[in-house]
Amino acid sequence: MSWQWFHRLGSPRWFYQKTSVWLPWLGTASLLLLAVGIAWGLGFAPEDFKQGNSYRIIYIHVPAAFLALAGYYIMAICGAIGLIWKMKLSFVVMRAAAPIGAALTFIALFTGAVWGKPTWGTYWVWDARITSMLILFFLYLGVMALSGAFAREQSGDKASALLALVGTVNIPIIYKSVDWWFTLHQPATLKLTEASTIDPSMFYPLITMIAGFYLFYAWVLTLHTRSLILQREWRTQWVRELLGQSAPAAKV
Amino acid sequence: MEFQFENFSSFLAMNGHGPYVWAAYGVALLVLVALVAVPVLRQKKLRQEFDRQLRQEEARRRTAKQREVQQEPVTPA
Repeated sequence: MSWQWFHRLGSPRWFYQKTSVWLPWLGTASLLLLAVGIAWGLGFAPEDFKQGNSYRIIYIHVPAAFLALAGYYIMAICGAIGLIWKMKLSFVVMRAAAPIGAALTFIALFTGAVWGKPTWGTYWVWDARITSMLILFFLYLGVMALSGAFAREQSGDKASALLALVGTVNIPIIYKSVDWWFTLHQPATLKLTEASTIDPSMFYPLITMIAGFYLFYAWVLTLHTRSLILQREWRTQWVRELLGQSAPAAKV
Repeated sequence: MEFQFENFSSFLAMNGHGPYVWAAYGVALLVLVALVAVPVLRQKKLRQEFDRQLRQEEARRRTAKQREVQQEPVTPA
């Protein structure tokens, strides 16, 4: 078997050129899905008989939390690939994933707090699910800080990849926290192995939003990775050629 | 499927849950927009920096050439 594709995958230049074709499609598709999902969830999905209209926050809260967790896996796996195969691009994706994950975790925490006030009567409780999500937020911030804390970029890559890998311990705890401990947080609405406890009229807008968030994540991760690649490969010939093409000063 | 609210003001009020729902959606959207804006602005800044360096290099090359031309007659025999 030829391993050429694997090595090509590790080339920042190859990634940069390939993704410039995907970007507009990813962006359009994700914004379209998000717009449809938000309108559907806010205006057209029926009201919840117990929680009233405050439940509409679910259409932001659950997709953001989904991607906050999935994004951590992506970040940690990229860190592992970088450590094992010394792949340059992998570390760049890991660095790009950290602020995005932090932002999504922040959205999940914030919307959860705002949802908690009318539903539980409080913005915040120190229960298992919420506390483990807060730890996830700090892990993301830690990876961001550590990756920028070294004068040598490679040292930052390695250190933050290690932290990301150690932090994966937190992910199953977050998933299982609503089952393991008594908590205010309601158990999972969507389940893979059994029927979901949600009416189809609420489920379809939710799945639309989740799909929209996944595409949005892919889009934004690509955008962040590309800008970091340019920053890193600043002095290389291909970047100079790429930027020089449309630079007015170059046409002398 | 139909619109769940009688009019726009009841849509905004959300039966008393309006402030919570709109705060959650508003802040989330702001963060999402920022996630797109950050790399786009960074890319733009890099491009400007690149153009600036290119112009500097060009200017330096030109003055070096001019100096060469001017210096030639001055050089002692």
